[in-house]
Amino acid sequence: MTTTERTAAAPDPVASDLIGSGVEGGLGEQLSAWWQRVRGGEMGALPAIAGLIFLAILFGSLSPFFLTPINFANLMNQSAALVVLGMALVFVLLLGEIDLSAGVTGGVSMAAFVVLNVKGGVPWPLALAAGFAVGIATGALIGFLVARVGIPSFVVTLGLFLGYQGLALLIIGAGGLYPINAPEVIALQNGRLPVWGGWVMLGVMLLISGATSVWDRRRRARAGVPNRAISLVWIKLIVIAVLGGAAVAILNLNRSQSVIPIEGVPIIVPVVLAILWIGTFVLDRTRFGRYVYAIGGNAEAARRSGIKVRWIKWWCFVICSGLAVVAGLFAQARIGSVDGAAGRDIVLSGVAAAVVGGVSLFGGRGRLVHAAIGALVIAVIINGLALLRLEAGINLLVTGGVLILAATVDALSRLRSGGARA
Amino acid sequence: MTEPIIRLRGVKKAFGPVSVLKGVDLVVMPGQVTALVGDNGAGKSTLIKGLAGVQPYDDGEVLFDGEHATLHTPRDAAGLGIEVVYQDLALCDNLDIVQNMFLGREELAAGTFDEGRMERDASDTLRSLSVRTVKSVRQKVSSLSGGQRQTVAIARAVLKKARVVILDEPTAALGVAQTEQVLNLVRRLSDQGVAVVLISHNLTDVFAVADDIAVLYLGQMVAQVRTAETTRDEIVGYITGTKVPAGVDLIGTSTIAIGGDA
Repeated sequence: MTTTERTAAAPDPVASDLIGSGVEGGLGEQLSAWWQRVRGGEMGALPAIAGLIFLAILFGSLSPFFLTPINFANLMNQSAALVVLGMALVFVLLLGEIDLSAGVTGGVSMAAFVVLNVKGGVPWPLALAAGFAVGIATGALIGFLVARVGIPSFVVTLGLFLGYQGLALLIIGAGGLYPINAPEVIALQNGRLPVWGGWVMLGVMLLISGATSVWDRRRRARAGVPNRAISLVWIKLIVIAVLGGAAVAILNLNRSQSVIPIEGVPIIVPVVLAILWIGTFVLDRTRFGRYVYAIGGNAEAARRSGIKVRWIKWWCFVICSGLAVVAGLFAQARIGSVDGAAGRDIVLSGVAAAVVGGVSLFGGRGRLVHAAIGALVIAVIINGLALLRLEAGINLLVTGGVLILAATVDALSRLRSGGARA
Repeated sequence: MTEPIIRLRGVKKAFGPVSVLKGVDLVVMPGQVTALVGDNGAGKSTLIKGLAGVQPYDDGEVLFDGEHATLHTPRDAAGLGIEVVYQDLALCDNLDIVQNMFLGREELAAGTFDEGRMERDASDTLRSLSVRTVKSVRQKVSSLSGGQRQTVAIARAVLKKARVVILDEPTAALGVAQTEQVLNLVRRLSDQGVAVVLISHNLTDVFAVADDIAVLYLGQMVAQVRTAETTRDEIVGYITGTKVPAGVDLIGTSTIAIGGDA
């Protein structure tokens, strides 16, 4: 049968008769199997990564400023809100649902936060907690209306999208603007790790990644099933080390244009990475995450398997809105203030980010890291077009076009993987 | 002689004024394949939904292992080890075989999935059914053929340690070779001591694999006979109502013209 990598740790003689699990074979076979899957329509974030490289070359050649350390650092700060919003939307997109109100939910929560803090004199941690409570309550409401009452999420959240724009205006007051008076909050987007801190961050990433791989391999070996070639683990670690190392090195350069040095990885980077890691852990390794995918794939099958479909859906909307508040926080901390229009324009970019990254609008397919990569694509487009000083209208046209293009790729790849079934 | 695992006595079910099951008896033996046949509207689905606990019977007695059993919810049925593999299979296309087989009862260790153990158990279960057509248990279900999907759905029931597996039209959408595979699988399932209830319209399949054939005609169990002791013509006669075994009276079928074409 299969030629599996047999080790002394798994002496069970039956194991050699196991049905394959796709992990057999060396590096070459793994690569060709992966290529087969890509050709079968499981492209993941591949188009987005290609797009990112293409855009970097394009803007790099058109603008001398694009590929500078300061712009790279700017990009990290600019994209943080979009990355988190994209990840928030993954939780509902995986169900085949949508949340068009995610942007304004963040906006209203931030409005509540600043008004309580600045006008009401509430200490900022309490005011921020109140902001989060507003967001989570919103998610709970959407979840109730969608999962329990059975209204399509598109309608519920479109209504909320309009209603919350009004609510934000009422809270802030027309034309009003409140500063964020908490230096700790501003530091989220203005703060930087010390130079050594960036390297520590990279070390922690490598450690977590390596330890997880070792842990998984041990557990598989204990169960007597084969592991992938160990070289793949090394390749993963080397890729993280090289790409991460390059990024940290660039961000550690002094990017100041005055005498006061500005150097170090923006604090927002490890914060976003932590959210990405926790979210991915939940989706990949817990029952909740598995059930989210199952419901997105076939809700009726999930229900018959004893999964509490409505409960899981409700939680997804709560998580989405909770993360939307985080995204709103990142967006407003960068500006340093909150006005009545906060979060109004970002939501479609968030959907675009997820879809461009390879998250399916039809549910059941996609990962958080896909949304993060897609968000970088959108952020690079916005950043690059701004550097080229094109008219603002072009920006919207391009972002909208990319969204439709990505949705087309999504629909076509779905046709292809569906066609293979027969 | 072994005890029947399921014995239905005088089971009735009505939807409003329409009486769908009019006092049905059925015996299901462990390690045997009991085919349930009947024309459309004969009450096969209603009978099965009762056993699955989806639509409880109105009246009648259900004996499981010779003891009185209540089947009011799907949980009751699952608790007794009754698993139904529905025609639409209820698989998630976007998940792989292991994930589908363990859906709803994943194995955890230290709070996270024990993927190795699940993979191994899934593999062992498929091998115990002599499944040879599946290359990898980590294939997405979307990439499987109809027969392979049926295999995964049946293997899931086996993995749950089902004692009774009810298969609803398992070969309806399959080609010749795949039908053969699934029928072999049904055979092996019963060889393992599982009681299989096979619902089918295809009498060739029924005669190929069933030990026992139970015929429903308009809500009435007109016959339950050993496959070896009957013929295809006889069963067709029972199904269409043109033939009635000695001692059986058809109830309330006056609206149907029985005598016309016999």
